[in-house]
Amino acid sequence: MRIPCPVCGARSVGEFTYGGDAGVVRPDLEASAEAWQAAVYARDNPRGAHREYWQHSGGCRAWLLLERDTLTHAIAGARLVGPWSGCGAGGAEEKAS
Amino acid sequence: MTRYSAFSLLRHALTGHRGWGPAWRKAEPASSYDAVIVGGGGHGLATAYYLAKEHGLARIAVLERGWLGGGNVGRNTTIVRSNYLLPANIRFYEMGMKLWEGLSQELNFNVMFSQRGVLNLAHSPAQLDAFARRGNAMLLDGADAVMLDRHQVAEMVPGLDLSEAARFPILGGLLQPRGGTARHDAVAWGYARAADRLGVDIVENCEVTGFLEEAGRICGVRTARGEIRAPKVAVSVAGSTSEVLRPAGIEGLPIESHVMQAFVTEPLKPLLDTVVTLGVGHLYVSQSDKGGLVFGGDLDGYNSYAQRGGLPLFEDVAGLAVAAFPALSRLRVVRNWGGVVDMSMDGSPIICTGPKPGLYLNAGWNYGGFKATPAAGWCFAWTIAKDEPHPLNAAFTLDRFATGRLLDEKGAGPVPRLH
Repeated sequence: MRIPCPVCGARSVGEFTYGGDAGVVRPDLEASAEAWQAAVYARDNPRGAHREYWQHSGGCRAWLLLERDTLTHAIAGARLVGPWSGCGAGGAEEKAS
Repeated sequence: MTRYSAFSLLRHALTGHRGWGPAWRKAEPASSYDAVIVGGGGHGLATAYYLAKEHGLARIAVLERGWLGGGNVGRNTTIVRSNYLLPANIRFYEMGMKLWEGLSQELNFNVMFSQRGVLNLAHSPAQLDAFARRGNAMLLDGADAVMLDRHQVAEMVPGLDLSEAARFPILGGLLQPRGGTARHDAVAWGYARAADRLGVDIVENCEVTGFLEEAGRICGVRTARGEIRAPKVAVSVAGSTSEVLRPAGIEGLPIESHVMQAFVTEPLKPLLDTVVTLGVGHLYVSQSDKGGLVFGGDLDGYNSYAQRGGLPLFEDVAGLAVAAFPALSRLRVVRNWGGVVDMSMDGSPIICTGPKPGLYLNAGWNYGGFKATPAAGWCFAWTIAKDEPHPLNAAFTLDRFATGRLLDEKGAGPVPRLH
């Protein structure tokens, strides 16, 4: 699998660290125990399209948001997230080649 | 159906082996059963067998989407052990170990259970201490464990690089002498045949696509081959758990599906007569009766429903194997496979009633599903028959993620890829 890093281009998956399901929203500190339990433990775990975080830990170290199919590993797109989300060569979005 | 014995072998030999019948019927699904088990893997078949044998349920069906032995029961590295740290896990797996010890006789099918020992290698004094603690925990709960020093390891495993200059110097290890390997296909076939003899209908090519629900209670399943009604529907589908339960309105299970790879090399003369695991990175290796080295390591590390993995993980595992056994460096790998495993958020399994009335769940097996086959089947059957867990699986609840009674062997936290 090659991941299209918006900064570095398509790189081998071995350079990246998985950051898990991007659909998880961290609740407010005062939120209920149920809301926290859901954020920490409950996962959609779909067979198919999955939005997930990856860090290019063996490269530019940027965090990416990837849309990947968990059955075919086809990557629909990747964009930077965090304070640098607007940066990157060729804009924030890099389409899979 | 013939009972397998030396006598039946001789009798069939005299007639040119033309009289062997199929080991189980190709059953057509009936319209209703006392219990339906979704998933014809090792766990589902074992559950059906113990439900029929121990609890006397008469009408049981096992529904399998593909064919028997095509899922994780045939996609593991065949290792059987009970070398855990937490009491709930040791007791459960140790009960399983005792079932393994009599399984070939119980099923009248040779599962080739070979108690060749499972040796965990330690590379630092701290790791030796941790192993001593785990070994003591095992002894306290009735499992067997022996600490080995470097010389004993050298004597036991001749091919290991035990020099000071080794990439990962070895200081000793923790051995479970009763651990070992079993032939994984034979486990599926043996349980299928034994369940079939007790009248269980095993229906292959029968995908479950939904559930029948009446007044908030699950009362059957929708399948590719029509509706089947049953007051008890038990789901035992490993990596597909989240997808299979979604049509029942069950979302957000504490499970992620990941791919787990295994590799087999070309056959060698006898080299390794035990199971060896390395204490750095993740590597476990044993030699099959055919002579191939069977080895595996970590997960690929990201959500996956593909029954195949990538090369970076292979490079990692092969590197560790060659660091430990330098003589293997020119060996060729001839086969590899991937299984979709149900990684739970704390690394321990779930065997419970629910999450809806009429439904029963067996999931979250992480790396440990194969060795747990007899114990999981036995405990799940108890849970289904009595509508409450056996003390051995009482801790494996689904609501422990809400109550905080987690069973996190490694203390890795809610990150499935780290368990």
